[in-house]
Amino acid sequence: MTNPPPNQPPNQPPNQPPNQLPNQLSKHPPIPGTVIFDGEQAIKGYALNKMCFSFNDAANREAFVADEDAYCARYGLNPQQREAIRARNVLQLIAAGGNAYYLAKFAGIFGLDMQDIGAQQTGLSKAQFQAKLVAANHQPRSV
Amino acid sequence: MAKIIGGITTSHVPAIGRAIAKNLQQDPYWKPFFDGFVPVRKWLAEAKPDVVIVLYNDHGLNFFLDKMPTFAIGAAPEYRNADEGWGIPTVPAFRGDAALSWHLIESLVGEEFDLTTCQEMKVDHAVTLPMALLWPDQQWPVRIVPVCINTVQAPLPSAARCYKLGQALARAVASWPGNERVVVLGTGGLSHQLDGERAGFINKDFDLSFMDSLLTDPTWATQHSTHQLVELAGTQGVELLMWLAARGTLGAQVQALHRNYHIPISNTASGLMLLEPTA
Repeated sequence: MTNPPPNQPPNQPPNQPPNQLPNQLSKHPPIPGTVIFDGEQAIKGYALNKMCFSFNDAANREAFVADEDAYCARYGLNPQQREAIRARNVLQLIAAGGNAYYLAKFAGIFGLDMQDIGAQQTGLSKAQFQAKLVAANHQPRSV
Repeated sequence: MAKIIGGITTSHVPAIGRAIAKNLQQDPYWKPFFDGFVPVRKWLAEAKPDVVIVLYNDHGLNFFLDKMPTFAIGAAPEYRNADEGWGIPTVPAFRGDAALSWHLIESLVGEEFDLTTCQEMKVDHAVTLPMALLWPDQQWPVRIVPVCINTVQAPLPSAARCYKLGQALARAVASWPGNERVVVLGTGGLSHQLDGERAGFINKDFDLSFMDSLLTDPTWATQHSTHQLVELAGTQGVELLMWLAARGTLGAQVQALHRNYHIPISNTASGLMLLEPTA
């Protein structure tokens, strides 16, 4: 009996590409504008999130800035992830499997705060996004 | 016998750390948030706790997706933080209480809460900022036991399970032979969402109902799945699980000695409650 090759789960159905779950794991109705970071996303985004996790260390942030291509190659980003990193585009990063908590460390390299990130994802200016947050004060109470 | 003398629940967003570093506590944007802590600090000065059990969620400082525990507990002599990737100011190390941690572990695992135990554990802003709000001089007069609940990767533990974790923690504290006075600190929330086209989502009505429920009907939120809680409170608003676990430690009846709610700090509706067990 031999071990399965690395990165190849055992008992994979023959018509499934490796590292893909057969279906959406979640049986919950989708929430508009929201990606639930579940097992499917965790598999898809592993390399990207691992790179972002490395940015906890200042030396790694410096290495990324010094040679972005080499740093991304070291973590084995797929083309979709590499392009999303190149574009500094949060929605693309999420689509490529990125997790908000790890992506925040990537955003930190560029000194972006959460209103910058929110504005980019919602297509608003930062001032408009901040105004939208303040406007939540006027939401009515149901009781 | 150790005794839980109160529970404190608060938001923990990183922007609080920047505001502290820049001394913005009385800035008009931040004042309604920081002023909320004055009565809590006054209570702490009189209550003089020895230990704080901190229920929090790690944001990718200590845990990565290679090993992601649903529930983890610190059993370390001390806990340090780090800059987390965006240069957040670090704080002095926290003293741990390994003996108490191991007692809690024995008791909780004995009750079928199969925790991941950590003799080394970096604590992130979800621990450091609430502690700095409670003790701004950062000369921590307490030992801490951090308890981490996964909100990074679904499936998350259910709201009901988190509440029961709190109840089990209370039983564990009550069976500790020391005479420590224990405060339980639950950090996170309230409603907010950082990611996706829905970024900036805030649900004031839900937040206020949730805060009320901790007094009048503490398991109210457990009617919802964590997926429903994400829909109601946002992808990060689901951190209210920490509030539920903290509430679970306080017994059937509590009174609110203080509460505050303010929109927004950063992208978040901030909440604060100081709860005291009454039965």
